[in-house]
Amino acid sequence: MTTLPHSTTKKLGLVIDLDTCVGCQACVTACKGWNDQGYGAPLSDQDPYGAAPSGTFLNRVHSYQITPEDAAPIIVNMPRSCLHCDDAPCVTVCPTGASYKRTEDGIVLVNEDACIGCGLCAWACPYGARELDAAAGVMKKCTLCVDRIYNENLPEQDREPACVRTCPTGARHFGDFADPQSHVSRLSAERGGMALMPELGTKPVNRYLPPRKKDVMQASPLAPLLDIQASGFAGWLDKMLGKIG
Amino acid sequence: MNQPRIDLSPHVSDEIRKTTCYMCACRCGIDVHLTSGKVTYIEGNKDHPVNKGVLCAKGASGIMQVTAPSRLRAPLRRVGPRGSGAFEEISWEEALGLATAWMKPLRETAPEKLAFFTGRDQSQSFTGWWAQQFGTPNYAAHGGFCSVNMAAGGIYTLGGAFWEFGQPDWDRTKLFVMFGVAEDHDSNPIKIGLGKLKERGARVVGVNPIRTGYNAVADDWYGITPGTDGLLILSLIHCLLAAGKIDLAYLARFTNAPLLVNETDGPEKGLIVKNAESQPFVIDKRTGKPAPWDGQGVQPDLGAVWQGHRTVFQHMAERYLSADYAPEQVAERCGISANRIRILAAELARVAFDEAIEIDQPWTDFRGDLHEKMTGRPVSFHAMRGISAHSNGFQTARALHLLQIVLGTVEVPGGYRFKPPYPKPVEAHPTPHFVSVPGKPLSGPHLGYVRSPEQLALLPDGSPARIDKAFSWENPFSAHGMMHMVIPNAHAGDPYRIDTLFLYMANIAWNSSMNTAQVMAMLTDKTAEGDYVIPRIIYSDAYASEMVAYADLILPDTTYLERHDCISLLDRPISEPGAAGDSIRWPVVTPDRPGHEGVRGFQSVLLDLGVRLGLPGMTNPDGSAKFKDYADYIVNHIRRPGVGPLIGFRGAGGDLEGRGEANPDQMQAYIDNGGFYQAHVPQEALFYKPWNKAYQDWAVATSFYESPQPYLFNIWSEPMRRFQLAAEGQGFLQPPDHLRAQIRQTMDPLPIWYPPFGEAAEAEYPLHALTQRPMDMYHSWGTQNAWLRQIRGKNFLYVPTKVWKQHGFDEGDYARVTSPNGQIVVPVAHMAALNSETVWTWNAIGKRKGAWALDEGATEATEGFLLNHLISELLPEKGDGLRYSNSDPVTGQAAWFDLRVKLERVGKRDHSEPVFAPVSRPVPKGEGRT
Repeated sequence: MTTLPHSTTKKLGLVIDLDTCVGCQACVTACKGWNDQGYGAPLSDQDPYGAAPSGTFLNRVHSYQITPEDAAPIIVNMPRSCLHCDDAPCVTVCPTGASYKRTEDGIVLVNEDACIGCGLCAWACPYGARELDAAAGVMKKCTLCVDRIYNENLPEQDREPACVRTCPTGARHFGDFADPQSHVSRLSAERGGMALMPELGTKPVNRYLPPRKKDVMQASPLAPLLDIQASGFAGWLDKMLGKIG
Repeated sequence: MNQPRIDLSPHVSDEIRKTTCYMCACRCGIDVHLTSGKVTYIEGNKDHPVNKGVLCAKGASGIMQVTAPSRLRAPLRRVGPRGSGAFEEISWEEALGLATAWMKPLRETAPEKLAFFTGRDQSQSFTGWWAQQFGTPNYAAHGGFCSVNMAAGGIYTLGGAFWEFGQPDWDRTKLFVMFGVAEDHDSNPIKIGLGKLKERGARVVGVNPIRTGYNAVADDWYGITPGTDGLLILSLIHCLLAAGKIDLAYLARFTNAPLLVNETDGPEKGLIVKNAESQPFVIDKRTGKPAPWDGQGVQPDLGAVWQGHRTVFQHMAERYLSADYAPEQVAERCGISANRIRILAAELARVAFDEAIEIDQPWTDFRGDLHEKMTGRPVSFHAMRGISAHSNGFQTARALHLLQIVLGTVEVPGGYRFKPPYPKPVEAHPTPHFVSVPGKPLSGPHLGYVRSPEQLALLPDGSPARIDKAFSWENPFSAHGMMHMVIPNAHAGDPYRIDTLFLYMANIAWNSSMNTAQVMAMLTDKTAEGDYVIPRIIYSDAYASEMVAYADLILPDTTYLERHDCISLLDRPISEPGAAGDSIRWPVVTPDRPGHEGVRGFQSVLLDLGVRLGLPGMTNPDGSAKFKDYADYIVNHIRRPGVGPLIGFRGAGGDLEGRGEANPDQMQAYIDNGGFYQAHVPQEALFYKPWNKAYQDWAVATSFYESPQPYLFNIWSEPMRRFQLAAEGQGFLQPPDHLRAQIRQTMDPLPIWYPPFGEAAEAEYPLHALTQRPMDMYHSWGTQNAWLRQIRGKNFLYVPTKVWKQHGFDEGDYARVTSPNGQIVVPVAHMAALNSETVWTWNAIGKRKGAWALDEGATEATEGFLLNHLISELLPEKGDGLRYSNSDPVTGQAAWFDLRVKLERVGKRDHSEPVFAPVSRPVPKGEGRT
């Protein structure tokens, strides 16, 4: 068993705006590309040109269809990755101490040197956020791009997770939830940011902004200039052009 | 607790090289990271005007494309029957010698027997120029089956359309309405724009039968029935007119609404009334008398009647005020309730007129009148293939532009804005050139905008001059050619036979044909003498696509990171509303196919062939090459005095913009600048461009026009009316009798709606069937990508709830899908957020076994499928012995969204049908990642 820190100085995480996410998968492959050559073992692909390709991804986008009783059906695109929970069951379940939550920023990481690939953490995570890499035999998960966000070899503007940097609609936001004035804290407060499955007590850090209410356009139908049946086109023309004198 | 120490600042890469993405047609700037000479990471270029640092799923997966096992490695000569895929590798010298031996006699005797068509080509100003030097009239790219309706509808009406032509004012618009937008088009710019609207809380409305992607985030979804967008739009115009919610000042000043329509029976009827100097004129409200259309201080009278001739405005208003366009009349057909149509019209009016904005920027119009401010109506629109790919698409695009015009939202703050070199009126475009003379170049560019029957590409006997019959009476305004008709027409010998079909980057034996199986049969069909009906086929592609097997000679191209390219203002540039822009690609890695002859950039190969053929423009008088390669051409080719492919860093000193001599260091200057260049539009010229004196002057200085070209938007299209007149029997040039009725109907000078031709099959085939490309795939290139195929390696036919229940479908079921042209058996899935009369699937996921270096058991090749087998290049026979293309009758746009089908449940299967025999592999099957 591995222990969690009582508290962390920062609480770094993501706000993902479900009202804006179009499900384009850009975050998925930007994540794959960066982390394939970033922290820890590469993200391998098995049988990539074969009948059943499968590989390791730290972030996947799912689409859900919702069919309300009284409104038009909608589709919600939902990117899913590690939520960097305050009470992360994947950490406490780890038999070797490989899974840990960083005290300085709250990022949940896997120390691959200590990981034995037992898979207990993936079983413990209720969000399905961990994937065992079939080639390396170690557990992989979102690192919040820990090797980007502090990286002095990158220009300051690029020190953010690869998924956030690439998101074409700007639906992904990165920041410190411990700071109530941060961009992510305020955005979450303004738009009703939700934790996923809070009833499980995992205390996720990441927040999802719910889709705004759809199909509610209200406008009073336009009043006709006049009764065109009665006045004819000539009447309409007079009235219309009279408007500009 | 001891945390491990980790390196928070690891080395990122040895070097970043900035070039232009080509994972789709969007042309984003990319930072390619290299470590030890290998590509290790690709991300968006933050300084780039197209994507501003972001990058889509395809772009970041480009790293898998440069190492794809499907990459071709050497020129190939066919050794087995055509279609078998049996090839031998040959040297470049042999390959180029062979191509020259085939093409040279054609040029000397009958240049039209070479048909050169390029698919997803981003070098059309170069490939078109090459074809022009060869002298064949038979050249075009893929626009005819892509979105020519949108492009041409825009040019003929506004002098610009969407995507490269213009875009919404994302920073100011408050209501954005998109019609039929394919999610792959203008990919990152639209996503960035939607993100801006969402951030500001602006309203997004999606009009689309399918609620995925952009429509999934739309605040309001109008799940319209396919092919009826034009009817909905004209109904919105009806509502606006009836309520008087139109921008009269805008209509009077900037459109042809105040011009007079000739009412006198005879050859001029319906044309714009002209004065003795052949100029149109208006009636000045101050005097009640005729006045120049562009005269200073003139106040055009929309309500004028002069010598019995009424204004365009009156014709327009009278037509759309008709009860035929009332929401209650169109609701059922469109699948949208009358109430919702009225609400949308009211919201358009409210935002356009009640939330108008003003920018404190004085400007002077073309009449010389000074305006203190720029008034904006913050409503904007975007539309793409959902409108385009129907046989009523041109008129529907015109209707959408008319809606923008009556709201006064074009080229105003908050509305739709042109991107330089647009606006460009139809009169400023070339007309088609098609007269071929053995041994001589064509007298001008192939493609253009026809204004009257005299400009059609017809031979003296009245038959079409082009193999695709573009610019013929059947489709007079086919401004992008009709690539989809080349093979069917060449096979039928209608209008004539060809010798060599030369294709670039067009997977025409698979997903880039309307009917794949028929096209494969045409490519392999033989004459009674045992020769192929299409005698020779040369193809250039970078990958082992399905088309490779159908060529006699393969000229292997490089991948996009291994080549020079030029995204030119002469072609489809990367401009923004506030800046003209162009860009390059350059070889950030060296093409490397160890143990094989290697690959060459296609454009350099064309130049080499050009010298071997002795083509003017690329050959010196002594027969030597004028350009070393394509990079040399990009820098040194002069199209008009001072104007070349790139506008930046011109002149000997590299400090001239737009016009200037060639600069030998220009390519390096582009590389140093991040791969692109922008020429910024001056502040006072940012809006009202067609009429803004400052913009017109800047456009001349920057080389887009030779003189200022102010113009009026064409609500009434005189070129269309000229064709209608011909169909009515006026004029010397007359259409064939079997096309008269069609021309009279479809060449209406005011936007109209008519049912798509596919509706003829409605009784037996109750459902509409559509395709769209996902945001994470592009054509067939994407599905071979090791990462992207894991995201979407299989496609389903999505079925709406009503139809799902009616057929008793279960999860895992297959359905037989039948159209008037054929049938397929494919996996189905339920989708509620879908128009109730429509089924659809993702395009180009299905693959042929043996192609693309994929395993024969790949889901793309077993369960994946194409709808193409259900479509045909031709309409069903009408019993008159004539062949009618399945295209828009105005532009020739392939009408593949007209498709109608019926379904039948067949239960569980593990394989889609039809099944084709595997093709032999020109490259080995891919194994692990390299």
